[in-house]
Amino acid sequence: MKFSILTKAIAGGVALSALLAGAALADPAIIYDGGGKFDASFNEAAYNGAEMYKKETGAGYGELEISSDAQREQFLRQFAERGYSPIITPGYNFVTALESVAPEFPDTHFVILDAVVDLPNVRSVLFKEHEGSYLAGIMAAMKSESGKIGVVPAFNLDLLEAFACGYKQGAKSVNGDIEVLETYIGSGFDAFNDKPKAVEVAKSQLDQGVDVVYQVAGGAGAGVLQAAADAGKFSIGVDSNQNHLYPGSVLTSMVKRVDVATYNAMMDEKNGNWSGGTIVLGLAEDGVGVAFDENNASIVTDDMKAAVEKARQDIISGAVEVHDYRTDQSCPA
Amino acid sequence: MSARAPLPRWVDIALLPVLNVVLAFLIGGLIVLAVGQNPLQAVGVMVYGAFGYGTGVGYTLYYTTDFIFAGLAVSLAYHAGMFNIGGEGQAYLGGLGVILIALALNGLHWTVMFPLMIVFGALFGAFWAFIPGYLQAKRGSHIVITTILFNFIATSVMSYIITRILKPEGVNSDESAPIEAISRIPRLGEFFSFFGRSPANLSILVAIVALVFCYWLIWHSKFGYAMRALGHNPVAARYAGISGTRMIIITMAICGALAGMVAVNNVGGVQGRLILNFVNGAGFVGIAVAFMGRGHPIGVALSALLFGALYQGGQELAFSMPGITKEMIVTIQAMVILFTGAMGDMLRIPLMRLFDRRATAGTP
Repeated sequence: MKFSILTKAIAGGVALSALLAGAALADPAIIYDGGGKFDASFNEAAYNGAEMYKKETGAGYGELEISSDAQREQFLRQFAERGYSPIITPGYNFVTALESVAPEFPDTHFVILDAVVDLPNVRSVLFKEHEGSYLAGIMAAMKSESGKIGVVPAFNLDLLEAFACGYKQGAKSVNGDIEVLETYIGSGFDAFNDKPKAVEVAKSQLDQGVDVVYQVAGGAGAGVLQAAADAGKFSIGVDSNQNHLYPGSVLTSMVKRVDVATYNAMMDEKNGNWSGGTIVLGLAEDGVGVAFDENNASIVTDDMKAAVEKARQDIISGAVEVHDYRTDQSCPA
Repeated sequence: MSARAPLPRWVDIALLPVLNVVLAFLIGGLIVLAVGQNPLQAVGVMVYGAFGYGTGVGYTLYYTTDFIFAGLAVSLAYHAGMFNIGGEGQAYLGGLGVILIALALNGLHWTVMFPLMIVFGALFGAFWAFIPGYLQAKRGSHIVITTILFNFIATSVMSYIITRILKPEGVNSDESAPIEAISRIPRLGEFFSFFGRSPANLSILVAIVALVFCYWLIWHSKFGYAMRALGHNPVAARYAGISGTRMIIITMAICGALAGMVAVNNVGGVQGRLILNFVNGAGFVGIAVAFMGRGHPIGVALSALLFGALYQGGQELAFSMPGITKEMIVTIQAMVILFTGAMGDMLRIPLMRLFDRRATAGTP
């Protein structure tokens, strides 16, 4: 008796899977990277975008979290074989897997965030982090009373230098004499998780007279925000809106709209507006920006808002050009 | 305990592990039930995912290959009375050997490259096990502590080497340059379309050879006899003229070489490049595999297959039953490890009682 239930269940599983395999679902799918779905950062932003899509359209989406590198290709094929499109992969770690899987499914659409895969059915989405950081730099310089501000990247990585460089340019545009301290947390990718070290590095900057510090360090960055809050100084968050973490201390957050990129990809597919190629999201596209909400309303002045808005318009119109560190590995500011 | 007769052999090597797995699945089933999902359907999906279609079988075999190597690396040391927890680090270092030879001779046909990758993976893995072996033999530093610590050292050293030395210009993700297609170990799918695009590759043949080799080494060689003597009673072994120092170092080196084969499967075959953390816990699963397999190559092969099926079936579960999250699948897998590894002997005493009673009832 028991055995027959088991065999039925197995048969049921087989039938179910066969059913799934046959159905041509036009639903989108996301494959979260190793950090997991709720990493309070990149993956979670993609998740938020998918939830926005779900709420608005009532349609579902598929999702999987990888737990080993071999699963990247496996999951991509699995979703593609079962008719999901577009399949969204947050992060540059998917480049190699996508390059081998995407050509096998020319009719399926793929999206990669923060990296470029040059294939006709792949949409690559990049962000102009330097533009958003420029605005953050303006606010920092205006808020600073000591004439010293700081930036804390996780480590010496081109991508993070682009944040820091944009920030410096923004600050110098307000006050040509401002001093910008830059200190790395560590020397490798593990620095992204080294919160205790982040606290130490931020404290050291604060002790040297810095009164606004910008964190560019993923998960470890929370330590920077914490150190500034403890010292009664100001900090700037990154990637997601982190203003709520220490209200009254987090001056603003330089947000990267991964959620918007995810949402747009899903909606474009649904509305038949899909396009491949590389999309670069800057201020003009609302892909990056600084966050204003009730948590920082009391510490942001109208002058700051006006200056940020003016700079935003100037960058969009081309009157001001923010140098991207990644183009020549150097920073003019 | 000593008063009781030992369990019949078939109970020890077959019934006990099976009961442990059943128990693990029962508890796992309760967890699935607790979140409002159907456990029988979950089992069905897992079995289908692991064995129901060619690509699934391929993935199961790919994981199995890793676990056989890792399991043997633990088993062999265990016969010599040592607990090798360093499989993870040894496999990681093996990856360095594989990628160095592969990149140095990139473009060479795989028939030549394959044996070279085996040799270099083995050498580097053996080197990483040799050091703790040496420290144990000559300095008395406990092998459990040193192998655990060597896992951490391996992680740091390899992170440095991959991100700072092997990573090519203009690449964002942490990986070495790729091995050319012609030099990579061919996938089984290239010979049998049944396996589809799954990562199972010819490394599985190496795993089978390794199983046979270990069987021969442990039970049919002079070296194995000395190894087992050392494991059973180091003092007696020494009295019999066996050099414990020499045995410990050589045994650990062989274990490291076996662990290094995990790298051949992954770096030389599946990924075709060296990526950060490619071992991904296989070295630790090897400990459970070895204990469940009772240190016997046949047992190791079967339990490696079980764990391979759990990994691949768990993946299918995540896909087909979204109500069961990744964390829950890990919980079910951990349950199996707990019951077969850490609590593997929990049922031994009740079983002994049972068989004792039967034995005494049979004799007047």
